[in-house]
Amino acid sequence: MTGLRALLQPHRLILMAVFAAFVIWCAYALRWDWLPKYAPLAVEGLWTTIWLLVVTSVLGMLLAIPLGMAQAIGPWYLSAPARAFCTIIRGTPLLLQIWLFYYGLGSLFPQFPEIRNSELWPYLRQAWPYAVLALTLSYAGYEGEVMRGAFAGVDKGQLEAGRAFGMSRVTVFRRIWLPLAVRNVLPTLGGETILQLKATPLVATITVMEIYAVSSRVRAETFIVYEPLLLLAVAYLLVAGVITLLFSRWERRGSGARAPGATTATTGQAATKP
Amino acid sequence: MDALVEFFGLADSLKLLSLSPPGWGSNLLRGLLHSLQIAFGAFGLGLIIGLFGACGKLYGGPVLRDLLAIYTTVIRAVPELVLILILYYAGSDLINKAAEAMGYDRVEINGVIAGIWVLGLVQGAYATEVLRGAIQAVPPGQIEAARAFGMPPLLLMRRVTVPAMMSFATPGLANLWLIATKDTALLAIVGFNELTLETRQAASSTRAYFTFFLAAGALYLMVTLGSGVVFGWIEKWSRRGQPSLREGRR
Amino acid sequence: MKFMKSLAAATLAGALGAGAAMAEEVKIGIAAEPYPPFASLDASGEWGGWEVEIINAVCEAAELDCVITPVAWDGIIPSLTGQQIDAIMASMSITDERMKTIDFSDPYYNTPAVIVADRSMDIAPSAASLDGKILGVQAATTHQAYATAHFADAAAEIRVYQTQDEANQDLVSGRIDAIQADSIAMGEFVNSDAGACCEIKGAVPNDESILGKGVGAGLRKGDDDLREKINAGIAKIIENGTHDEITARYFDTSILAE
Repeated sequence: MTGLRALLQPHRLILMAVFAAFVIWCAYALRWDWLPKYAPLAVEGLWTTIWLLVVTSVLGMLLAIPLGMAQAIGPWYLSAPARAFCTIIRGTPLLLQIWLFYYGLGSLFPQFPEIRNSELWPYLRQAWPYAVLALTLSYAGYEGEVMRGAFAGVDKGQLEAGRAFGMSRVTVFRRIWLPLAVRNVLPTLGGETILQLKATPLVATITVMEIYAVSSRVRAETFIVYEPLLLLAVAYLLVAGVITLLFSRWERRGSGARAPGATTATTGQAATKP
Repeated sequence: MDALVEFFGLADSLKLLSLSPPGWGSNLLRGLLHSLQIAFGAFGLGLIIGLFGACGKLYGGPVLRDLLAIYTTVIRAVPELVLILILYYAGSDLINKAAEAMGYDRVEINGVIAGIWVLGLVQGAYATEVLRGAIQAVPPGQIEAARAFGMPPLLLMRRVTVPAMMSFATPGLANLWLIATKDTALLAIVGFNELTLETRQAASSTRAYFTFFLAAGALYLMVTLGSGVVFGWIEKWSRRGQPSLREGRR
Repeated sequence: MKFMKSLAAATLAGALGAGAAMAEEVKIGIAAEPYPPFASLDASGEWGGWEVEIINAVCEAAELDCVITPVAWDGIIPSLTGQQIDAIMASMSITDERMKTIDFSDPYYNTPAVIVADRSMDIAPSAASLDGKILGVQAATTHQAYATAHFADAAAEIRVYQTQDEANQDLVSGRIDAIQADSIAMGEFVNSDAGACCEIKGAVPNDESILGKGVGAGLRKGDDDLREKINAGIAKIIENGTHDEITARYFDTSILAE
């Protein structure tokens, strides 16, 4: 209700009218005749983008948990390499990392004929394994840092309570520590996932045909510059909107039983964020 | 040392990286200089946009606030690569058309300036959010006290708001600076001779892909680590006289 | 009043960090990615190569004050229409598709398109022979258009690279089976150490509607003044032997159009 009323303020109505006028102007004044021809390709590209985003975020997260753990409580011989990994990944441009993996490794293949005869070769020939590798490591590097703070931020009392109930260390980690840590950083993770979405177009430079590459192709073949880019920006806005929505729903569900006293292992919340 | 170089077969790589031609070292350093120039400019421009944006979001009228919300949302959701292409092509096109319409000669926009504008606009959106958060974290009593003494807004900003929010803003700004240095790599796509493009040109001219990509990675890493040290000092300085905030802020 | 106006213009230009364009200064756009032997970059940062020498010769003959400006290849036409450069001289073929957006000068060279593949591979420049193979082409080139039109059905995949060099690199590493590209550039490539693996398998059947009528300078539509100057420059260097002289230093045969 309040949302609707907020939208109906006069200046917002004017803004929306301006926006609608802009959309109509775009529809009529700009060229869209290329759209039917490239629409199937664009859908395929969007699918590749989403697929890359989901796969690399999930894999990256799985890597980030041990990385964060190692940095938070690990002995020095685990925490030092983990910290070095995160520093290197966060300290160099992703574009450079992608090129290093694709063209750098690619330049080594001719020196090792065995690789070409191996069973992995059909995969190594394609570009997507390198894209997945580079994006996964990147996400892991950034999230490893986030998870370090998250693990350290969980109230020690919660863990001790778990131990007192006779839970094993693994169970405490699985049922208490990890869920609480993840819940604490969910808003951050949402933002980071949008950053990951924004990193996906970089893999177009190694021939992966995702949505950005499709727009480049339209530009190259028809010399129409602005229209594909505008549509591309809208597509990214929509995907980013969906990510935000999913994460906020997830957050709400996670903290549904936030009321003090209702603390159970799965729905409770360590509400003390410093 | 020499034996070590020989052992790893690094002699060729070192020759490729030497500072005088036929080595490509000076090209990489020149690229790094361009990258840093653009990053500095973009970061500075972003700070200015961010300061005004943050004030607009906090103290501005409803229309200004909505417009700023659209600006920060759109810029933060669309990939930098796409924004760079849109702003780079459309931006210079529009400026030239505007210049022609006003009867001036068309202006040439040089690469460094265009890069600074594009990345500065992107940085501005993030800086707006960082600074807004930092200003909100300043206890309102401090600002109200200054107002009560009749400080004019600019003086108030200079003497109270900015110094008080510095300690809250530094971690976020440090992150932004790192993003700025790394985002300059994206300008390689539109053909700016910054570090990444220089690296790629050197790599493809000599086919020593690994050598040059690793060398460029090391250069970027040096910038990152160096910046980390500098921002550490700034943070310490901006927190002088404050109780420790070690836990809590990212 | 006039003074004020020029002052304002100078301020605007200064604010944008650029000097107002001098009357005769012409920005010639080339691809920022090296394309040997036509355009290559040496370690001191100087551009050289056949086409760069031709650009200098044409500008000298046409009495133009040229500045060579590297631009990303796949955005080179938007850069021209967006007025960041005034002419494209980057081995761009004159095609009907491009003529819809930009104008061209007379051609200054013309070479066939060839297929290159590993020496051990039995590949001919035909659709049947490329059946099930992965073919690499550079983005935004006539080769991409040709491969899409003639080989897309047969080939397993047509992989599109931002630069020719990356396609060459992937051919060497075996990620793709063949590339379609310009015969001269490929001749240089297969004679280099890096391209020793591979050989030219032959020229693709000509399709002028796609492959075009040779390489010319790309110009903004309606920029007839500059086009005439460049045409005159090209005619002059062909006539006075400069074109042949430069060509002889790079290639065995003439690559002049017609």
